[in-house]
Amino acid sequence: MKYVDEFRDGELARAVAAGIASITDPDRHYKIMEVCGGHTHTIYRHGIKDLLPDQVELVHGPGCPVCVLPMGRVDEGIEIAERPEVIFTCFGDMMRVPGSRGNLLEIKAEGADIRMVYSPLDALRIARENPEREVVFYAIGFETTAPSTALTLQRAKKEGIENFSVFCNHVTIVPPVRALLDSPDLRLDAFIGPGHVSTVIGCRPYEFMSADYDKPCVVAGFEPLDLLQSILMLMRQLEDGRCEVENQYGRVVPWEGNLQALKSMAEVFELRPYFEWRGLGFIAQSALKLSPAYADFDAELRYSTPGVRVADPKACQCGEVLKGVLKPHECRVFGTACTPERPLGALMVSSEGACAAYYNFGRKSFEKVEIGSRK
Amino acid sequence: MSEQREQRVLDALEQSRRRPPKFTAPRIDMSHGAGGKATHKLIEGLLLPAFNNPALAPLSDAALLPFGDAQLAMTTDSFVVRPLVFPGGSIGELAVNGTVNDLAVSGATPIGLSAALIIEEGLETEVLTHEVEAMANAAARAGVSIATGDTKVVERGKGDGLYVITTGVGVADPECVFSTASVRPGDKILCSGTIGDHGAAILIARGDLELEAEVLSDTQPLTPLVKALKDAAGSELRFMRDPTRGGVGTVLNELARDSGYGVAMWEERLPIRDVVHGACEILGIDPLYVANEGKLLAIVSSEAADAALEALRNTDGGEDSQIIGEIREEPARMVLMHTGFGGTRMIDMLVGDPLPRIC
Repeated sequence: MKYVDEFRDGELARAVAAGIASITDPDRHYKIMEVCGGHTHTIYRHGIKDLLPDQVELVHGPGCPVCVLPMGRVDEGIEIAERPEVIFTCFGDMMRVPGSRGNLLEIKAEGADIRMVYSPLDALRIARENPEREVVFYAIGFETTAPSTALTLQRAKKEGIENFSVFCNHVTIVPPVRALLDSPDLRLDAFIGPGHVSTVIGCRPYEFMSADYDKPCVVAGFEPLDLLQSILMLMRQLEDGRCEVENQYGRVVPWEGNLQALKSMAEVFELRPYFEWRGLGFIAQSALKLSPAYADFDAELRYSTPGVRVADPKACQCGEVLKGVLKPHECRVFGTACTPERPLGALMVSSEGACAAYYNFGRKSFEKVEIGSRK
Repeated sequence: MSEQREQRVLDALEQSRRRPPKFTAPRIDMSHGAGGKATHKLIEGLLLPAFNNPALAPLSDAALLPFGDAQLAMTTDSFVVRPLVFPGGSIGELAVNGTVNDLAVSGATPIGLSAALIIEEGLETEVLTHEVEAMANAAARAGVSIATGDTKVVERGKGDGLYVITTGVGVADPECVFSTASVRPGDKILCSGTIGDHGAAILIARGDLELEAEVLSDTQPLTPLVKALKDAAGSELRFMRDPTRGGVGTVLNELARDSGYGVAMWEERLPIRDVVHGACEILGIDPLYVANEGKLLAIVSSEAADAALEALRNTDGGEDSQIIGEIREEPARMVLMHTGFGGTRMIDMLVGDPLPRIC
């Protein structure tokens, strides 16, 4: 398929892989974190780790917006969804995220009017078509999806649509990365920066990683060759002893970001003083809420959500697994209190989370698997 | 020390995986109907223990019932598709083909179908007529009669226009006993054409996505393809399934689990139409889990595989057939795909509905 196959070329991949192998120090172990859940998906889907030398380990980061939502926020969404006047709208991958008493799919089965949408604009259209009902959009995602929520709210305001509100759970990417970098037991060498987030915020926000923490960062695209090339760029930096922010995804990511999108976000949102992340705890200034100018559309105010906190169980060690200190099976609750059916921590929620992958496929998910020749 | 602990954890997981599933959900939700893990739990945790009998236990596409010296094959399926008419077919045609195909891949010759229609108050007669004619045509094409039936009308709002339930009876061929128990390492996995066509056609026809693409459902009777395979491979044909709900990925997982062997497949050999591939890329859905209504997967010994492939390709509706993988000793009970990019990927069973990803 045009514009896709070019970025999945097996022959080119072997050439880039050979380049990585040629500059890998056999006596060194490299831990590279891909921050974004979309990258994790690409790594699994195309089997990228099989192309890397044994010394290069990829660590899956905190950048999956549905995985990091704490149970309390899911529970509050469910409480709003259960109101008889409400049509509750959300993205598909939100439907299965577990709260303390079930997920949205189950609440829908109990009778709540929950509809999956592909864009917040679809939610706004539902509001326009159902003036007698209250339509709530469950907004999730990093800076990637935040601009579309912002634009939708600007449009709702302009059109004066009063039966529409947003339950805002947008988070920002830099604070959790900084929190990881601040931990004294961190064992990561370099970072693959999130490409889609960077189409909005640009590359400048990552400069602190190289300047203050001496960690190289390469902003990467989502096709498998993008990732492989980014790993090569990081390995070159490590070999040269350089520490820079580089942009591999130049075909989409401008260094300064998307100014129009940033302007809309600045008008519609403001930073929360702190926000809770599943498995990572509270992180300062790591999430967005609606600004006072958009307070009328804020579902948190409209339904006075109480700000319930469902504590992560103390035994959960997602933070340690993320930092590369523990392997999934070394976590205290792995496979017992925490399973893909009933996940406690973020890494068990998505099937690509490190713990869920290990649970489903065992050691095979960390090993190179030989399946032999093609015929 | 750490190795021992890891082994303990892995052993415990393996044990719990082999235990028969319990159905613990307090209510049925949509994931129980998606054909993946939740559907399995429903069937194996609730239905199988209640009905417990040897005909049902293998959970194959059709049950085999002893009848004198012969064996009857029996299967049933309900069709609840929206919209009723979609590019490439409609619910009536689907309902006949679906049941005919479940018999065909079980190695049975269909001899009669029943059809039950649950009709919603207000349905235009023209629509109903169209579907009844579609059923009649599909039955004639498959060479089977609709021998009995039932009609019920439900109040407006209590059905999506029309639901169709078909049951099929066939005579099992004593020469062909298909079972996962006869599958052996080295056997090849044949796929009779492009995957994901039906599911993609329905998704696009629903119009929620504002995607415009020409994708036709692949609904068709598999009887000619099955006959071609049997003629070409004879007893070297070990097992067949039609990868409907849950798609090729789910069926291969069932095969790996039931046979106890591993499945290895090659991404570059998967026949996928460009337009289906494109739609799936945009929606963030994997064609491996998208439904088919006119394709079969066949396990054939490696000696007979080339002849079987040739036979499929020479039959109408099988032109795009491919050998997509093979059975391996290891990794036992798992499905691995060699990606076009040069790596390997574990293919799991579908967890819920194939929901689009945002990231």
